[in-house]
Amino acid sequence: MLQAMLSSLPSLWRGLLVTIEVAVIVVVTSLLIGVVFGAVMVYGPLLLRLIIRLFSDVVRGIPVLVLIFFVYYGLPVTGLNVNNFAAGVTALVLFSTAQVTEITRGSLQSIHHGQMEAGKAIGLTFPQRLVYVVFPQAMRRFLPPWINSVADAVKGTALLSLVGIVDLMLAIQQVIGRTYEPMPLYILGALIYFVINYSLSLLSRRLEARYAHFRE
Amino acid sequence: MYHLNFGLIWRYFDKLDWGLLLSLELAVASIAIGVVIGLALALLYDWGGRTTRTLVSIYVEFIRNVPLLLLVYLVFYGIPTVVNLQYDATTSFIATLSIYAGAYLVEIFRAGLVAIPRGLIDAGKAIGLTPWQRLIYIRLPTMFRVVLPSLSNTFVSLFKDTSVASVLAVPELTYGAQWINFNTFRIVEVYTVVTPMYLVTGYLILGALRQLEKRFAVR
Repeated sequence: MLQAMLSSLPSLWRGLLVTIEVAVIVVVTSLLIGVVFGAVMVYGPLLLRLIIRLFSDVVRGIPVLVLIFFVYYGLPVTGLNVNNFAAGVTALVLFSTAQVTEITRGSLQSIHHGQMEAGKAIGLTFPQRLVYVVFPQAMRRFLPPWINSVADAVKGTALLSLVGIVDLMLAIQQVIGRTYEPMPLYILGALIYFVINYSLSLLSRRLEARYAHFRE
Repeated sequence: MYHLNFGLIWRYFDKLDWGLLLSLELAVASIAIGVVIGLALALLYDWGGRTTRTLVSIYVEFIRNVPLLLLVYLVFYGIPTVVNLQYDATTSFIATLSIYAGAYLVEIFRAGLVAIPRGLIDAGKAIGLTPWQRLIYIRLPTMFRVVLPSLSNTFVSLFKDTSVASVLAVPELTYGAQWINFNTFRIVEVYTVVTPMYLVTGYLILGALRQLEKRFAVR
């Protein structure tokens, strides 16, 4: 059993690197787009708000797996020739962007509108009010759920094994295909995912505790 | 140029409507078993000593931090190789999703038990109810009313998670979609039909449960 685990380590390591690579791309891209979408949801014009609301509700209303299959099998039909990596990552970015949009919207709305007015009164422009007044205060409401969404993104990457991306999940499956030793490898894989995600959830809890004294 | 052709989707639509029904059944079975697991462990956590609490926390944290797909594989392909047990894919998936749901529900129920106003339990003590009577008549009914919104969200999220059952060839909605996809190559059409099926069902359930929550809301 130990032998099976040790000999599988190089394959799993390569898979883990892919998982981390996907997770980093997804987390960074969705953060950039999601924060903009979230800000538009709070301060933007009605039409844009409706479009983003539709996007967010549709993406959050269907299973991630269906989203992945839709993008993976659907994109080539529209004439876009993308490989499975790009398709899978796109699907996860869509999913994660919807989450970040909602987290941003919620944390921005939690800031009293008096703050915005006070900023106006001392003559700050709109971008200045966002950057110096609203965002720093919204940060403490944003960070803990956002870190949870990062953990969700890491868990979501496992589904990409189903479209043939050799991430940690598929690397585990491939090693099992060679060794016929499923249990030790699944447990090892579960432990690896656990270590990554549990560290994230500990970080989230520490931040929450650190910001707790702010609560009025 | 790609031409849309929905004819084949309607011909095999029974894969989709029976699939949707099975998805709902999987979600209902899993939340039912999950509520039993979650409630039992939340009460154990409430009464138990340090060891019990640690064990419950290990279960919760382990399940919540591992991808569902891995758990599904582990239960279906892994466990039968070490334990002399045989079960079919559907049973295996329901067991996995119940254990998965249980981990989320323990946290919800624990938070619900904590959220019960102290005065209610004191009032129960004052009129001479035993601890068991306080649990049955005061704590549990109040807790269920407090956690109802979280229960609805968990149920809808489990309904979406049933799509993972397709990897074990459990013929639920996503499997039906993949079947039509592989047999007719009508990829865009099938997902254009399946996406609204998930959306409409999910939001209808959520809407119905929100009505129920209003009825039982703690005022």
